[in-house]
Amino acid sequence: MPETTAVSIRQLSKSFADVEVLRDVNLEVAAGDVVTILGASGSGKSTLLRCINWLEQPDRGSIHIAGERIGLDDSGKRMGAKALARVRAKTGMVFQSFNLWPHLNVLHNITEAPIHVMGKPRDEAETHARELLAKVGLSDKAEAYPGTLSGGQKQRVAIARALAMQPEVMLFDEPTSALDPELVGEVLAVIKDLSAEGYTMVIVTHEMSFARAVSNQVVFLDKGLIVERADPESFFDRPSTTRVQRFLENHG
Amino acid sequence: MSNWEILWQARDEFWAGFLSTMQIFGLSITGAFLIGCFMLYLLEGRPSGGKLSLRVFIDGMRMLPFLMLAYLLYYGLPTFGIRLDAWWSGVGALAVYHGCYFAEIFRGSRLVFPQGQIEAAEAHGFTRGKMFLRLILPQIVMQTRPLIGNQLIYALKDTAFLVIITVRELTAAANSLSGTYFIPTEAFLVVIGFYWAVSIAMEIIIKQCGRFGAKRGFDHA
Repeated sequence: MPETTAVSIRQLSKSFADVEVLRDVNLEVAAGDVVTILGASGSGKSTLLRCINWLEQPDRGSIHIAGERIGLDDSGKRMGAKALARVRAKTGMVFQSFNLWPHLNVLHNITEAPIHVMGKPRDEAETHARELLAKVGLSDKAEAYPGTLSGGQKQRVAIARALAMQPEVMLFDEPTSALDPELVGEVLAVIKDLSAEGYTMVIVTHEMSFARAVSNQVVFLDKGLIVERADPESFFDRPSTTRVQRFLENHG
Repeated sequence: MSNWEILWQARDEFWAGFLSTMQIFGLSITGAFLIGCFMLYLLEGRPSGGKLSLRVFIDGMRMLPFLMLAYLLYYGLPTFGIRLDAWWSGVGALAVYHGCYFAEIFRGSRLVFPQGQIEAAEAHGFTRGKMFLRLILPQIVMQTRPLIGNQLIYALKDTAFLVIITVRELTAAANSLSGTYFIPTEAFLVVIGFYWAVSIAMEIIIKQCGRFGAKRGFDHA
């Protein structure tokens, strides 16, 4: 597998009880790509994203992060906890509900994994964390605790926290869905900056104009199947399936 | 000489008893806290036979009068060839007994711990042990602070039972003075004063610790 493939998903299938949420999904994300995953609620898009770092275990198929298989070893056996954690650390994940660790201040939320997972020296981790805080526009909040931040600020800290792992790919799971409308913009602006800097990202979102502006590949999921994949212009201006046409009409 | 004067003359005995009680309490409650944390860790993850047995053990301890456990360790174990002295039997019994209470307190808090934080930790490459020590346990301890304070007082009071298995502690000192001079009321009042003073001091300290959590949004008071 070439080095330039950040994420490679092959023949991925996943069911919850009787419901098949992903069906033979194939997706290649090249380094530097920004892929947005669109689809109605329940289409399987969050499940797909959560399979990438093995928060959900697929039933069949394979996922490689920068050439390394996640979850199962090459002979198909479950990875040990340490090996899984190591591959997971190659991805950075941003959740809909932020999931910051409330007992740690902003700076320590960001340095926690670099120090205690990656084994970075504290001063190096803190210097990097402060750079990332500057990048997300929160330099003045390093000592604040998550409980005192607004939703938009929390999500920007969560983005900095994920970036601190220096991941091969950033995964965004509806990063603005839990935000007040007036706070959505500040988070999207940060993600746009990251795409301009060449970060590889996979983004599940309901923000259509954002998806159009930020991505170079749009994937549309319906009932666990990828029904359309295209560059944003083709996707939004000339959708080839009626399913996507209907979806876009409903999302203005 | 008034009864109070007699007690004043015997102040060294009270003081020795008090120090002994504080030693037993300090050691056993530290042990209990660590046992509680360790049991909570053992209960992490998917249900298993081992975890079920641990739950049964914890519940069995919680439903046992403390004195029975102290008796069992001190008078019962020798029949199996294990002979602990009274002091260590007492400390061991207190540590295990209150360790189970701590485990149950922590378990209640763990049940409502936000799953999202666990996922965030997993996504950032944390393995179970580190996640538990650095992210789960500190929050659970902050969350359960008032219950921990309550348990400390229970454990302090339970040290008084050890007089029955011949440990020389505070209650034993009062017992012996009241027997020697027949002044039970005054002797026991003094001892009550000691227990109250220590309990109040602990309550104040535990309350102050709340500031640490309040800064982080764990307390609203």
